[in-house]
Amino acid sequence: MNQKTRTAWLYLSPMLLVLIVVALWPLGRTIWFSLTDANINDLDAAKFVGLENYFGEYGLFANPNYTDGFWESDWGISIINTLKFSVVSVTIETLLGLGVALLLNQEFKGRAWVRAAVLVPWAIPTIVSAKMWGWMLHDQFGVINQWLYDLGLVAQKVAWTADPDFALWTVVAVDVWKTTPFMALLILAALQVLPKDCYEAARVDGVHPLRLFWRVTLPLIKPALMVAVIFRLLDALRIFDLIYVLTSNSNSTISMSGFVRREMVDNGYMGYGSAASTALFLIIGLCTVAYIRIGRMKLGED
Amino acid sequence: MHRSRFATFSIYALAALVVVVSVFPFVYAISTSFKSGSALFDPSLLPSSVSLKNYISLFTLAEQPFGRHILNSIMVSVLVVALSLLVGVSAAYALGRISFKGRGLLLTTVLAVSMFPQVAVLAGMFELIRALGIYNKALGLVLPYMIFTLPFTVWVLTTFMKQLPKELEEAAIMDGCGPFRIIKDVFMPLLWPALVSTGLLAFIAAWNEFLFALTFVLDNNERTVPVSISLISGASKYDIPWGNIMAASVLVTLPLVLLVLLFQKKIVSGLTAGAVKG
Repeated sequence: MNQKTRTAWLYLSPMLLVLIVVALWPLGRTIWFSLTDANINDLDAAKFVGLENYFGEYGLFANPNYTDGFWESDWGISIINTLKFSVVSVTIETLLGLGVALLLNQEFKGRAWVRAAVLVPWAIPTIVSAKMWGWMLHDQFGVINQWLYDLGLVAQKVAWTADPDFALWTVVAVDVWKTTPFMALLILAALQVLPKDCYEAARVDGVHPLRLFWRVTLPLIKPALMVAVIFRLLDALRIFDLIYVLTSNSNSTISMSGFVRREMVDNGYMGYGSAASTALFLIIGLCTVAYIRIGRMKLGED
Repeated sequence: MHRSRFATFSIYALAALVVVVSVFPFVYAISTSFKSGSALFDPSLLPSSVSLKNYISLFTLAEQPFGRHILNSIMVSVLVVALSLLVGVSAAYALGRISFKGRGLLLTTVLAVSMFPQVAVLAGMFELIRALGIYNKALGLVLPYMIFTLPFTVWVLTTFMKQLPKELEEAAIMDGCGPFRIIKDVFMPLLWPALVSTGLLAFIAAWNEFLFALTFVLDNNERTVPVSISLISGASKYDIPWGNIMAASVLVTLPLVLLVLLFQKKIVSGLTAGAVKG
């Protein structure tokens, strides 16, 4: 090992140490717990049970006690909720983010102010935005129900966060409000480095703006768009706090992270909960690999 | 560029819509926080009379020591930022300035860790925190928070580190400076903008974190702000003190909003350095 390499590892060592302690070790222990019958109250008494938590009689998958089928079990519901939430919210956020970015890329008076205003939802803590919207969407005193009622759009005030028909879509709406700014800013950054001369030429030639957008802008910002989408998608797949607070941790909107925490901490089934969290980890890993394959993009350079 | 009158009108109309949708919920929360008693149930934006009752009761209720929670959050977030930057600069120096085998793989690993779902380490982290004797302590949260602040910090600082001109470093080596002196005297002064933007982002992430804070701290005195707000409750399910909740929300959000508006450019450059250049 030469001098340079030794220096590199020396300066890397604090980070490696921290990452081993906070990521690698706990991840390994969690996977180990998923193979045991550990209970949160007495971790030392944990016994090895193999894949029982995954495929056993009371396991996550292939559980004969799921009389209504896998997708009706709490675990199945949490998977569906998480996927529905992630796909729908990321799609809307990308489209709206693109729209807002295109708007902010135009020159107009007060643009700096608009850009500042867009950052406000992003700066608000998730718990606070959950509470704020929870209040605005309140079934009796909420301002949104009041407006809808006054405009005659609803005959009766709606329990947006409690009614199982609406609750998940309410979560999606609040998430869209909160994270569209992130999307818009990433896309705007990509738009601002596009070559100007290309657009000048197109304008002189009288190319239709829509065609220009479809043929030139979109392909050029595609790499940045892909990265933004994957960041958001991975973030959405692990959603917990917004759902937990906005819909009071109800069963109809529970996410996979919420399911893991409920089994592990509220019910104390550390082993079973760990199995669920390991499954979530694998699902997110698979999504990432699939997405990278599809987009054929490289994450690390070199 | 010349636009038709219609296009100009649409741009301003859309911009106004974007501003209203972005800002309205927070403005409404501020308005609610000044309403008390039956005025709370009047959904109009302007409170008929301004009352500070909600703010005062936040700090006088014995069962919910909100002032203490704010201090806890400040301590945890500041420590997380300091540790992440310290460890991050050291790692970014190695990753950004020295070429060695396995560098690309290491960077990819760091990025992968930042995409970890937090629950994937929940059980193991719970055991570790118990074993280290930092369960139920606000400051104990500093350790698990590194899992999401450190990879991000390293990634962004490495990107910035790479852009610094090589000549600076070479001149310092000629003068006989070791790596430590180079980092401290040559790079640090140039890295300030990057440190400010990553530090702010790490601060915001630590300030807002909920899952770990909810799981690893049960003692009411040791809570951090997000958990504190989620637990403000009334005598019954039908008696939620929305005025107090909104007052607490405004208090913990206002500093963040001001920081973000003040450092707008820095934050955006930090965010995009992590994503676009990646």
